[in-house]
Amino acid sequence: MTASDVHDAITRAHHEEWARVVAALTRRFGDFDVAEEAAAEAFAAAVERWPADGVPPNPGAWLTLTANRRAIDRVRREGKRDDRHREALMRYDDDDPPEPLGAVGDERLRLIFTCCHPALAMETRVALTLRMVGGLTVAEIARAFLVRETAMERRITRAKAKIKDARVPYRVPSAADLPVRLSGVLAVLYLVFNEGYLATGPGADPVRPGLTAEAIRLTRLVGALLPGDGEVAGLLALMLLIEARRPARVSRTGELVTLDEQDRGAWDAALVAEGHRLVRERLASGEAPGRYQILAAINAVHTSARDVRDTDWSQVVALYDQLVRLDRSPVAALNRAVAVAELDGPDVALAAVERLGGDLAGYHAFHATRADLLRRLGRSGEARAAYETAIELAGNSAEVAALTRRRDRLAG
Amino acid sequence: MQYLLSVIFEEDGRATPEEDAAIDVFNDRLVAEGRWVFAGGLGAPTTATVIDNRGGETLVTDGPFVESKEFLAGFWIVEAADLDVALGLAAEGSRACNRKVEVRPFL
Repeated sequence: MTASDVHDAITRAHHEEWARVVAALTRRFGDFDVAEEAAAEAFAAAVERWPADGVPPNPGAWLTLTANRRAIDRVRREGKRDDRHREALMRYDDDDPPEPLGAVGDERLRLIFTCCHPALAMETRVALTLRMVGGLTVAEIARAFLVRETAMERRITRAKAKIKDARVPYRVPSAADLPVRLSGVLAVLYLVFNEGYLATGPGADPVRPGLTAEAIRLTRLVGALLPGDGEVAGLLALMLLIEARRPARVSRTGELVTLDEQDRGAWDAALVAEGHRLVRERLASGEAPGRYQILAAINAVHTSARDVRDTDWSQVVALYDQLVRLDRSPVAALNRAVAVAELDGPDVALAAVERLGGDLAGYHAFHATRADLLRRLGRSGEARAAYETAIELAGNSAEVAALTRRRDRLAG
Repeated sequence: MQYLLSVIFEEDGRATPEEDAAIDVFNDRLVAEGRWVFAGGLGAPTTATVIDNRGGETLVTDGPFVESKEFLAGFWIVEAADLDVALGLAAEGSRACNRKVEVRPFL
């Protein structure tokens, strides 16, 4: 086995086993901190030992055993745990009635739901999920969200303390709470994906594929743990169909390329095919689709057209009609208006967009959409002003570049 | 495990008779389910007096220790197995008293 084989084995083990090891240790020791540290030490031991000793036949078992030993060492080192400490251990119920879910036996699901608990702030849920479930280092998470490592460390430490002191339970929510709690988990995963897909910050890379890949990986994991859930499948399909377009999305000069101008031959055909398959499965299920499934279906329509002129806009608008019935947010209405422009013309769309000005005045995409529609209607002066506002508000460097070019192309 | 459920309010005035009635129903349920530890409503922040005896000489200040729009109007202390249970009780308490409720664990 070459050094690079060992390296690959460690990377694979990290992807496949990290969450399992952390989950098992959290269950056994009732403490996120102990679990996280021991898991990290076990992987560090693998990096040290496997090149010399060889990759063990069952890497997961080796890592769990090693992590367990480290955790026991730490608990001993810290001396006897008094009753109070014992009482503060995270709560889980072995005698919980069996959940009507099937896959809940997997410890990782407890881990995911605990990291995404609604009592934690959204940014905290994101950080904790990436650390405890995704196995990213604090430094990696800090870099991904453009905050200092010490600040990210503090955020994660505080979250672990809150989980322990306020006794956030370590369990899968009851069947009654599951839909709401699961949508909270999916929101975390989608946020991670979006941050990777449309990174903010002037110095930031416009796309951070590490984060989109991580979001897809975690969504696959949740999908495998809750196989019957339509929204998990919908979110996965949505991510795959957006990720498929990544190679065509930023030009060589670092400019965002909109869907209508992308080189469709550069799309990742395998991801498109998988996304389409998932959307077809959801349609065949006959169940009423949720938000992510509808968004995935919209993306499936777009990615089915070999040329932008072949896009079935009536289908896209029909799906948006369905979406805005579920999601009354002005952003959904804005996206619907973009499709309406293709079906009914920019004047009809502009009228719909103008109605959203009150809610979306601070949202760059509102001004960019308005600018595009004004441009198509030949109202250059107003379009220019709208592009200016959009450029001011946009946080993504590639998007700013694309908006600037469009502004500069305006006549007069 | 005990949690403090603090009732947060931003206006003067006491609970309405309807709110009082709903709070009574909620309190009875807490007692019946063995979750009741203690509860009470507080006088307005203007009735507060702050004492500081750290320096050996007792300083008396009229008014609450922090001036803010929102203030503590009352509280429950409840027994709950974990935060999910406490949050569920807080949701019911908030509905009963028609005010926001903060949940904090005792250490």
